[in-house]
Amino acid sequence: MDMNEIKEIFFQECEEQLAELESGLLKLNDGDRDPETVNAVFRAVHSIKGGAGAFGLDDLVSFAHVFETTLDCVRSNRLEPNQDVLKVMLKSADVLADLTNAARDGGSVDAARSRQLIKELEALANGELPQAAVAEPVAKPAPVAAPTPAPVVNEEGFQPVAFSFDDFETNEPLAIEPSTFEILFRPKSELYAKGNDATLLLRDLSRLGEMSIHCDMDELPALASMNPEAAYFAWKISLKTDKGEEAIRSVFEFAEWDCELDVMLAGGDHAGAGEELPMQPVPFDLSMLDEEVPASPGAAEDDDQVAAQQREARDDAVSAAATASNVLQMAQTARASAESNRSAASASAAQAAAQQAASAATPTIRVDLDRVDRLINLVGELVINQAMLSQSVIENDTNGTSSINMGLEELQQLTREIQDSVMAIRAQPVKPVFQRMSRIVREIADMTGKSVRLVTEGENTEVDKTVIDKLAEPLTHMIRNAVDHGLETPEKRVAAGKNPEGTVRLTAKHRSGRIVIELADDGAGINREKVRQKAIDNDLIAADANLSDEEIDNLIFHAGFSTADKISDISGRGVGMDVVKRSIQALGGRINISSKPGHGSVFTMSLPLTLAVLDGMVVTVANQTLVVPLTAIVETLQPEASAIHSFGASQRLISIRNSFCPLVDVGRILNFRAIQANPVEGVALLVESEGGGQRALMVDAIQGQRQVVIKSLEANYTHVPGIAAATILGDGRVALILDVDAIVAASRGQSLKPEMLLAAAG
Amino acid sequence: MKKRVLTVDDSRTIRNMLLVTLNNAGFETIQAEDGVEGLEVLETANPDVIVTDINMPRLDGFGFIEGVRRNDRYRAVPILVLTTESDAEKKNRARQAGATGWIVKPFDPTKLIDAIERVTA
Repeated sequence: MDMNEIKEIFFQECEEQLAELESGLLKLNDGDRDPETVNAVFRAVHSIKGGAGAFGLDDLVSFAHVFETTLDCVRSNRLEPNQDVLKVMLKSADVLADLTNAARDGGSVDAARSRQLIKELEALANGELPQAAVAEPVAKPAPVAAPTPAPVVNEEGFQPVAFSFDDFETNEPLAIEPSTFEILFRPKSELYAKGNDATLLLRDLSRLGEMSIHCDMDELPALASMNPEAAYFAWKISLKTDKGEEAIRSVFEFAEWDCELDVMLAGGDHAGAGEELPMQPVPFDLSMLDEEVPASPGAAEDDDQVAAQQREARDDAVSAAATASNVLQMAQTARASAESNRSAASASAAQAAAQQAASAATPTIRVDLDRVDRLINLVGELVINQAMLSQSVIENDTNGTSSINMGLEELQQLTREIQDSVMAIRAQPVKPVFQRMSRIVREIADMTGKSVRLVTEGENTEVDKTVIDKLAEPLTHMIRNAVDHGLETPEKRVAAGKNPEGTVRLTAKHRSGRIVIELADDGAGINREKVRQKAIDNDLIAADANLSDEEIDNLIFHAGFSTADKISDISGRGVGMDVVKRSIQALGGRINISSKPGHGSVFTMSLPLTLAVLDGMVVTVANQTLVVPLTAIVETLQPEASAIHSFGASQRLISIRNSFCPLVDVGRILNFRAIQANPVEGVALLVESEGGGQRALMVDAIQGQRQVVIKSLEANYTHVPGIAAATILGDGRVALILDVDAIVAASRGQSLKPEMLLAAAG
Repeated sequence: MKKRVLTVDDSRTIRNMLLVTLNNAGFETIQAEDGVEGLEVLETANPDVIVTDINMPRLDGFGFIEGVRRNDRYRAVPILVLTTESDAEKKNRARQAGATGWIVKPFDPTKLIDAIERVTA
């Protein structure tokens, strides 16, 4: 694994943390005061900051730092997370997401916005705090100043000393005149208890320069009365170094609270220190340490060895340090073995508990999407293969009761189950998309000055990942519309006797093998008079057209239709509800609207659970088998000669219930044949096209309806105009799936390009 | 013999960075995702040194360190705290819980290995 891969993991993790952050903040917004919620929110920001720091993403780090500081105030109950506070935090979460995206994909963020939020966050952290307490949390994460050389050992409490590793780097290159220091180092037993080791500290010290060392063993009692965990030794060290006093103190960085440490320049004022050394200086030899210190604790040694080492210790000042740590380790070993029974019992208990915990949480694994896709593809092949097998068995007409038929039936059932299970692997809850919507709502509410609450239901409803990915865009646009056009301003709402805060409700549920997503607002509803007038102005309908309420409502799905008097910043981006409708249809879905004046509107989308299979109508056109997506078909009919009307040179219309609808010969459009077929001999499929208008597609015959596995053509044939994809039918033949919108669009011009002939030949 | 390091951190990113850094430096690395798991794997991991985060779900770094120090077999194992907090209060709490030393995030590989070598023989 290299850094790039880790970075990729970091961004994945960021996405999870951002989702966690947002849902936590929303919970707090709903009045949840569980400390664990606050902790989770804090941890999310904290993790992002930690990872971002590792990759040098400074913008992200500094913003996350300020955010974290403010969250820490909430965590420590110094700041009440009321609605106003959460508003700032939710916005900050959005900025954090932007910064993360910018860090991943390049691009820029709204720097003014993030600066503004940093100010707001800092104000929150400051607002309810006494001045003194504030200074620290708001401090920038810049390297802290080097520690002051003031004495820091304090019996009652620890003297906090800010320290960072940066100090090493800034201090080391500074060449200081070599000078000799006299160091008194007297460890307390706590030093050993916390896993520090005098030997190692002395080793580090010796690396700073020329060192000689004396061990003060005056306090060492007789072996019998010795407490193996007490600290008896002290060292007097004379060190000649050019690194300076700070480098010496930094060696004892981890230990300075648990020892007496005195560092002073030799000679001069501290002459007394030198006179106190009654012993002969022993040169410090690093190699001794390597021999004496066992590689791991728990190495068993008997009492003789202890005694031997004790004698050695008295002989040699340095090895005493090593022995001191050995004694401690041996005491541990002894105790460990004495209580081995008890610890074994507790270990197995811990293991049992671990197993219990594991079974409680559903274990998950991360799988590369490619692998899942490959599996889905293979299952698709399996389904086709099974259909082919069934068909050939039927054609060869074995005896109806034979075991082959029974086996085949079982195979079919199994295949279907496998298919369903595999599809379930790709199924994901719609939650992430819904969560994104809450941000959209916040932004638009801000821009329009409206007060909006987004309520989501059924977030855990699952649907194929590809559907989820493509859902975000139309949903975003619909949410924008709902807030911008649907909801009234707070003043108008109050005047209408409503809660000044509008509600947008986003619901997902499963219904008869499809996912239904509903977007409801409690706004003013569609102003039908206005819509109608607009449609007349835009020549969409005749001035005297007699339309039902439903028909008027559906006018908003027409291309280029916008009811806003002035084009607003939010909805006036050149995309209208027609685009929404088209993208929903592209997913094989349908969209409906129902509206009650004064009570709001409800948009209902119904989408397939997967894009890997499709319900299609299998038809014949010029001896070719084609599949028309069922979602596009409004109705099928057998044209009568009297209903067909010619129009212009080659255009024909069909009259259906007193309205005229252009007749499109699919065989002609696809260049399957040179002259138009006689409509009376075929079947007309009434389809709804992107503009909302209807067309009658002429095909020769309908073979039936079936679920087909979609096979992309684009990998091998690039984009083929008029054809969406292909499938393999039960008899092994390839059938092309029609792109209805493209066919309709082509019918307005002449025909599709000549290369269509090639595709048809396939 | 390879030294064994037990790392405890809830962030996948940091876990991976620790793994790569420590493996490259010739350590054997065992990883846990939070304090609870850290204590669970302690016996089997049998580490020579422990590197732990502070902010973690279920059981934070302070609780984890106290848990290790209560275990007779591991109460003298060096524990380094890996934390973004450079503020003294957190370090003090970690020390009181029994931490040996600390590494300020963002760590770079040399700093991490230096710190580990400072507390292990």
